[in-house]
Amino acid sequence: MSDDGIPAPEGDAALIETDYEIGQDNITTTVGPFGLDVHNPVFLISGLSIVVFVLLTLALQEQAGAIFTQLRDWLTSTFDWFFLLAGNIFVLFCLFLIVSPYGKVRIGGMEATPDYSYRGWFAMLFAAGMGIGLMFYGVSEPISHYSSSFADTAGTPESWAPLAGAPGDAEAARRLGMAATIFHWALHPWAIYAVVALSLALFSFNKGLPLTVRSVFYPIFGERIWGWPGHIIDILAVFATLFGLATSLGFGAEQANAGLNHLFGIPVNDVSKVILIGIITCFALLSVVAGLDAGVKRLSEINMGLAALLLLFVIIVGPTMAILTGFFANLKAYVVDLPALSNPFGRSDDNFRQGWTAFYWAWWISWSPFVGMFIARVSRGRTVREFLIAVLIVPMLVSVLWMTAFGGTAISQIVNDGYTAVTEAALELKLFAMLEALPLKEITSFIAIILVIVFFVTSSDSGSLVIDTITAGGKVDAPVPQRVFWASFEGLVAIALLLGGGLGALQAMAVSTGFPFTIVLLLACYATWRGLRSEPR
Amino acid sequence: MFTKILVPVDLAHADKLSRALDAAADFALHYKAAVTYVGVTAETPGSLGHNPKEYAERLAQFAQEQGKRHGFEVETRAVVSHDPAVDLDKSLARAVKEAGADLVVMATHVPNVADHFWPSHGGKLASHTDASVFLVRG
Repeated sequence: MSDDGIPAPEGDAALIETDYEIGQDNITTTVGPFGLDVHNPVFLISGLSIVVFVLLTLALQEQAGAIFTQLRDWLTSTFDWFFLLAGNIFVLFCLFLIVSPYGKVRIGGMEATPDYSYRGWFAMLFAAGMGIGLMFYGVSEPISHYSSSFADTAGTPESWAPLAGAPGDAEAARRLGMAATIFHWALHPWAIYAVVALSLALFSFNKGLPLTVRSVFYPIFGERIWGWPGHIIDILAVFATLFGLATSLGFGAEQANAGLNHLFGIPVNDVSKVILIGIITCFALLSVVAGLDAGVKRLSEINMGLAALLLLFVIIVGPTMAILTGFFANLKAYVVDLPALSNPFGRSDDNFRQGWTAFYWAWWISWSPFVGMFIARVSRGRTVREFLIAVLIVPMLVSVLWMTAFGGTAISQIVNDGYTAVTEAALELKLFAMLEALPLKEITSFIAIILVIVFFVTSSDSGSLVIDTITAGGKVDAPVPQRVFWASFEGLVAIALLLGGGLGALQAMAVSTGFPFTIVLLLACYATWRGLRSEPR
Repeated sequence: MFTKILVPVDLAHADKLSRALDAAADFALHYKAAVTYVGVTAETPGSLGHNPKEYAERLAQFAQEQGKRHGFEVETRAVVSHDPAVDLDKSLARAVKEAGADLVVMATHVPNVADHFWPSHGGKLASHTDASVFLVRG
């Protein structure tokens, strides 16, 4: 093969022959003393349109809020069946690949070896994927489903209970509440991430295409992927990632502020929130500047260590036996209820299906370009089977354990001890209310608040790395100031939206991008299957 | 005085390295020292190769051309880094140690304000290895 073509990765792999050279559309220049190596036009259009969107949202707050919220609600209520169906397809596709001969294909070529140990790899998968959500929803979601299922109104059109609920039956409501929560955090979200991650890893490490979202669509669009169809896909991915991160950062600052107020009496106001965003952004900056190994990976490991400590503590000082037996009971409840909960058609629990499940699926999907691309980058050297088991099954088991420990303990506090503080607390304080009923509440609550902040840092740093790679046309060695720019830009967008309003509006918009991305992901399944078929195994 | 010279090369900017490459060749011929050209790459596809293997082949080709031009035997060392934009200095320092080099000859830019935030690779290498480091302004 000529110098311009694509020679084999390590060992056998089926290659895509293209004349496109990575970085050929990049602009390499200097801004003052700093170097710049960015893709033209993805970098400029993404950056400018994000600024325009933020300004428009600030100027037309009420209208923007109404439009984006309506758009999100309309999408999740009209296309709930589509989200649910697509989610099931992603899970089945991944499970099929695990048991099929394609599971033997190795990411990076047949002789590639893993870049990271299991510990570092899992830590990064988890910290980027859903860590922060587990902190906030680990207690609140099981309680919410338990309460709505237990209520007398369960099963009526007004109810938010999953399926038909279990009015008046505490044990059945607990079981259903846990099953419904685990449903939202186990196989389906990780299958969504896995589809994106596997497709990106395959087309980059095995097929030799740049590590950007557009590469996945080479089997469908061919060489046109280097033109506008590809630009639009990459710009959309940057959009969804930055707004997803910035709005989460804004809301996260509000929640962390509420937690700090609860614990230490720190006032809840804009100054506190801006300082929090500033602190999180500074740590994210330090992390991206330190790099993937010294920054992102190390922080993810610290994060996981702290989370494991908190989990272990809750298991030991909480209802230990109930948690341990509950783990298996909840896993069984999840498996038993999975067909009914994932059924897209002929259901009457509209509020739950549309307001919870479809919303969650849109949310996970809108995050998938970012999380998927990050997972792809750190997964070279694994076989498809190993990769999917690790990305699907292990996080599922961890999620079940986490939800059982946090949510199960909270429900048991309500049902067995009559402790109502958890139900009465605001969403962001439910975790702290649960911890308060356990010993050493000062220490655990402090660890929890640190975890909340560190989880934001680990999402923010990996997100900045991903945006930088996409806007550099798939180059991972672009000048470091670009990472600094994206991490700071994300913090500034969060502060602008926090102070000017519009966090909710733009988060609704970010979630709305889940709809076009669902179509994109379905195409990615097809492209991955085609890509895998030509791989040696 | 020197037995093994390490020459870090950025293949993307090979056109800007000529003075450093010539200086390295002069040292090598003068001291009859062995020369190792070292480059750092990521595992992800890039403009210099779609995988580390291809990058290593390009580096070897580059080194052979240098060897032919100056008339000495060459070795190459392609270092794979998870995050070359950040880990370049560490990767080079590791290569110096592993190769047992006692002199590093490399190109460097004229310092500017950016060096306060991100010091030059040559400067960092000098403070993190035992080898002598000879920096050549482009």
